[in-house]
Amino acid sequence: MRTDVQGHALAVLSKVAQADWPDRFKLRHPFEKLLYTGSRSSFRYAAARGGKSKVPRVVSSDSLFDLSLSDEQQMLVEMLDSFASEVLRPAAHDADAQAAVPAELLIQARELGLAFYGVPEAHGGMAGERTLVTNALIAEALGKGDLTLAASLLVPLSAANCIRRWASPEQQAQWLPAFASEQGAEPYALAVNEPAVLADPQRLQTTARKRGGHYLLNGEKSLVLQGLNASRLLVAAQCSDGPALFWVDAASKGISRQAEPAMGLKAGALARVRFKSVKVPAEQRLAGADFDYSAFLACSSLAWCALAVGTSQAALDYVIGYCNERVAFGEPISHRQGVAFMVADLAIEIDAMRLMVWRACARAERGESFLREAYLARVLCAEKAMKVGTDAVQLLGGHGFTKEHPVERWYRDLRAIAIQAGGLHL
Amino acid sequence: MYLETPKKFRALENQAHQVAAQFFRPISRKYDKAEHAYPKELDLLAALLDGMNEGSPNAVGATSASKRGAAREVEEGIKNGGNLSALLGVMELCWGDVGLLLAMPRQGLGNAAIAAVANDEQLGRFGKTWAAMAITEPGCGSDSAAIRTTAVKDGDHYILNGEKIFVTSGERAKAVVVWATLDKGLGRAAIKSFVVEHGTPGMTVTRLEKKLGIKASDTAAISFVDCRVPAANLLGNPEIDVQKGFAGVMETFDNTRPLVAGMAIGVAKAALDRTRELLSRAGCRFDYRKPLLSVSHAEATLYRLEAEWEAARLLTLKAAWMADNKLPNSKEASIAKAKAGRVANEITLKCVELAGAAGYGEDELLEKWARDSKILDIFEGTQQIQLLIIARRLLGKTSSELK
Ligand SMILES: Cc1cc2nc3c(=O)[nH]c(=O)nc-3n(C[C@H](O)[C@H](O)[C@H](O)COP(=O)(O)OP(=O)(O)OC[C@H]3O[C@@H](n4cnc5c(N)ncnc54)[C@H](O)[C@@H]3O)c2cc1C
Repeated sequence: MRTDVQGHALAVLSKVAQADWPDRFKLRHPFEKLLYTGSRSSFRYAAARGGKSKVPRVVSSDSLFDLSLSDEQQMLVEMLDSFASEVLRPAAHDADAQAAVPAELLIQARELGLAFYGVPEAHGGMAGERTLVTNALIAEALGKGDLTLAASLLVPLSAANCIRRWASPEQQAQWLPAFASEQGAEPYALAVNEPAVLADPQRLQTTARKRGGHYLLNGEKSLVLQGLNASRLLVAAQCSDGPALFWVDAASKGISRQAEPAMGLKAGALARVRFKSVKVPAEQRLAGADFDYSAFLACSSLAWCALAVGTSQAALDYVIGYCNERVAFGEPISHRQGVAFMVADLAIEIDAMRLMVWRACARAERGESFLREAYLARVLCAEKAMKVGTDAVQLLGGHGFTKEHPVERWYRDLRAIAIQAGGLHL
Repeated sequence: MYLETPKKFRALENQAHQVAAQFFRPISRKYDKAEHAYPKELDLLAALLDGMNEGSPNAVGATSASKRGAAREVEEGIKNGGNLSALLGVMELCWGDVGLLLAMPRQGLGNAAIAAVANDEQLGRFGKTWAAMAITEPGCGSDSAAIRTTAVKDGDHYILNGEKIFVTSGERAKAVVVWATLDKGLGRAAIKSFVVEHGTPGMTVTRLEKKLGIKASDTAAISFVDCRVPAANLLGNPEIDVQKGFAGVMETFDNTRPLVAGMAIGVAKAALDRTRELLSRAGCRFDYRKPLLSVSHAEATLYRLEAEWEAARLLTLKAAWMADNKLPNSKEASIAKAKAGRVANEITLKCVELAGAAGYGEDELLEKWARDSKILDIFEGTQQIQLLIIARRLLGKTSSELK
């Protein structure tokens, strides 16, 4: 096992070393730095695990209020920041117009090894004991490039997280290694959202009835992120003993899918997925001992919130530049309080969103109660992210209304934060 | 990353909460009614707190929020020091009563200024003196660089002339830190602060304001007519340094703004707690699971307010944490003050509405909190002034470009 972990870390390293795109985007240096420490820490864990079974991770103190990131988190954020600005942002406009993530981008994202952060060391990945804050930072950094592209690229990591958190050890051993493999896992999607008005993900309309060694799934999922492309679905359905998650082959009989274009998230290949008496073997029900559906939903909404923080920050950065350059009535518009105060308000609310998300994640990864914090984070992010979206368009005036600028896309995408349940998972 | 109350301050937080619940709450309404009456109960409490302060540098009170406090710590790494502990204490005490906290002896903003900028000799003389802070004048508040009170050097004294208004505890305190200009022509750089002790000839309290809220805290108008103040009472550097003069006197605010934000967070928490109780009795349920769209309007409103409250609280803890770790926090202090000030006002007003007649009536304290909270979005820099500070930083603008 020890060689496995080291081996996988080395595999990522060599794959990126061979790729040429990091050079094109001036990403090689930050990349290598990160992979160096990433693999180095894997080696450290591997070595430590050889000796004792439970060695605590090197983390910041749990007794002092502390907002600082670890060195590794800091490097990861820097690297993904450049990936977001050099790779995601330039691709975003066309991806939105063509309603698809460019194939090349999917390959690059796999080479980044993001899914590794969702797979435990035992299965060849890099997920340690505490992962939620790091995952939120990943989402935030990518979200600065583009919300929809970031969301789409995070689906494999989300699926791995979901399996690691909520599946039994046997199921993990079966499904997780693929995520840390050379070619990556089959495309997944997390299907939770339902189409009914006032749908409540705690009271699912999709049902799973036990019939001998199988469950029969019936129902309908909507706005499933990357749902059109997925060959594996993680489906939330109501059982007689409460809500549950199922690992479902998307090619199963009784599943039909169609594109479900929406206001935004266009590149996300959103799908309406129908289940008609779909037979799912009982052993494909996620059976982690501490399965907690409410916590699953919370980890999902936190992922969307973290993305929203990143995209909102991007919008703020964008309007700051614009308002300083745009001249009206003989002065930059940023010299007017009506403009400047809107900008200040965006900054206030974005930092508020960020702290709410971080706190919920930090509590969750320490194993403390976090449903309240995640709920309130979502309440705040849903409202403020949309405020950012609409104010960003406003500050660009008529120009903001056109596709010349990314703000109209962010406006459409940020509307999703209040709506999405499932799809992603920190 | 750890965004909870640090372990080492939990006892302090609890202590402050006990003071708020057992000491402030029972006399809260009494001094809301008896405006200008001195809450004599505070003397005992102040003595108690002084004792605790001596026992532990992290005890409750505004004066612990000074750069000195943070500087004394020597250990390496992340620090949780005087700014954070003072903030946590203030939040809890203001859950009890903001007016009473503001009326506490020796915890005034003047004391924070002395703690931040006095030299050692002055600290020796005034460290234990209850001091109020007098910046605002009838003709200027937000624009504090425009003050007209003058100080003219005369031998080893300065002669002060001018009128100050809205001085919190201006009559009760033993001394007042007065902002005056050495030379009106030289603008900000010429503004200095002076410790003027009550009893100094030429200094007169002319009026106490009648107010919307925080009635337990007195607000005085003070006039200075040829008032001679020892030159040794000038805080900081007596030279007019056109390069950085104003920064010295303004420095205090980076440390005190998060404290005022903390007051807002405290009073808002009081309103939230009570309203949740009243709504729960009326059948509302808060389990943080149901979508906002599927709960009652009252429940959804309370959730929203609670989210805003948590956000303000975290922003304020961040500003104090930055101060403790010597990270420049001017923007973050203003963010905290802006967010907490407006959110506390919104929360306390909404809570009155949520509780209906009970909220509006004087049997409950909700209507009082809704009156008390308003000042927190005004003093120590109004909402708009905070937004100006934040916007100038973000946009890279000077005060002449973004006015
Ligand atoms: C109860 C109480 C206690 C106080 N305690 C003290 C104390 O202890 N010591 C002390 O020195 N002062 C104290 N103050 C004064 C307080 O700090 C000032 O009232 C406050 O700074 C605002 O000044 P102002 O009242 O002159 O309002 P103004 O400056 O006249 O402002 C009026 C309005 O205009 C807005 N405004 C002003 N300038 C701008 C601008 N450039 N851009 C946009 N909007 C602007 C303000 O936000 C406000 O809404 C106290 C006040 C009260 C009511």
